[in-house]
Amino acid sequence: MNQRTNFTKGFFKENPVFVLFLGLCPTLGTTTSAINGLGMGLATAFVLIMSNIVVSLTGSLIPGKVRIPSFIVIIASFVTIVDLLMKAYTNTPGPQGEPSLYDQLGLFIPLIVVNCLVLGRAEAYASKNKFMSSLIDGLGMGLGFTMALTMLGAVREILGSGSIFNYKFIEGDGILIFVLAPGAFIALGYLIVIINKLTKKA
Amino acid sequence: MAKKESTISNMVLTLFIVTLVSGASLGFIYEVTKGPIEKAMRTKKNMAIKKVLPDFTNSPVENANSAYMDGDTLYVYKAMENTDTVGLAIETFTPDGFSGMIKLMVGFLPDGTIYDIAVLQHKETPGLGDKMATLDFRKQFQGQHPNTFNLQVKKDGGDVDAITASTITSRAFCDAVQRAYEQYKKEQTHEPAN
Repeated sequence: MNQRTNFTKGFFKENPVFVLFLGLCPTLGTTTSAINGLGMGLATAFVLIMSNIVVSLTGSLIPGKVRIPSFIVIIASFVTIVDLLMKAYTNTPGPQGEPSLYDQLGLFIPLIVVNCLVLGRAEAYASKNKFMSSLIDGLGMGLGFTMALTMLGAVREILGSGSIFNYKFIEGDGILIFVLAPGAFIALGYLIVIINKLTKKA
Repeated sequence: MAKKESTISNMVLTLFIVTLVSGASLGFIYEVTKGPIEKAMRTKKNMAIKKVLPDFTNSPVENANSAYMDGDTLYVYKAMENTDTVGLAIETFTPDGFSGMIKLMVGFLPDGTIYDIAVLQHKETPGLGDKMATLDFRKQFQGQHPNTFNLQVKKDGGDVDAITASTITSRAFCDAVQRAYEQYKKEQTHEPAN
């Protein structure tokens, strides 16, 4: 597999959300708006890229029997770093007093540790591949995940609040259920149908 | 690439190094972000106080009073312009939100009228309960004195228009504001000069 397909596979062919169904808990939980999906996606992508890099570099030095605990410690460290950085730099409330990005995602950031996408890529890909391939795999998968979360967040925000990236284009409320938990399942289901339909044809 | 043997000394050494390195790097990041995190927290408080009170010149966050009430802590911030008291901002709470704790910042002018209210923290339903932060809901409290304005939703015989489909949140909101007012009254009796 050349590096180009290695990178692009994360977007459609092996998209973590639409095709592999990995990391669905944060996918459903945080995507109440496009900006939240983008933030959560980028935070996960950062952890994924960094852990892929470190795991690919250290993979051959770690004995097989302690590989999972070592990977988890590596991943948890990067998650805590993201948590601290976001607490420090994305913690200012919006101009109308909307809660800051950190306040909205706060609960889900520490949970990136148990996102099976991150451990899955470390175990299944990075530990068996070289630095460059792992970096590109992390980039592709991370950005594919970000794309999926942003798309889902955008759909839910458009239908549920009548706005996109906090820019309101319909007065009043949207279809409320799309902002609530059931709407996440409905929107994700239809997105998966559409994506699969499009990619199967191509 | 040949895998390392899983001998006991290899495994112990590997785990030791992995945890040591991650511990050290976390300590480093913690030190780096400690300042900015504190600053962000202070800015957040300051912004909330600025929103609920008219302009002031001191920095109320530096000398806050705390008071214990109903199982949690209220914070009282005094805003001054030079030597005149502009008002009191009271950080209040209610445990009765639809999804637990709600924290508000309520600004009282020296005569006891509510200037404005800001929502600091909540877990209410997006699109329903979280409308309590909107001006449409807050507006009805502005310029009201809790002595003449009954801080209960209309359903319970009060003067507050509840948010449609979010009576529990509206009730909790009133509860928090009422608690802030109780504290405000206490502050006044402590310092009659103000």
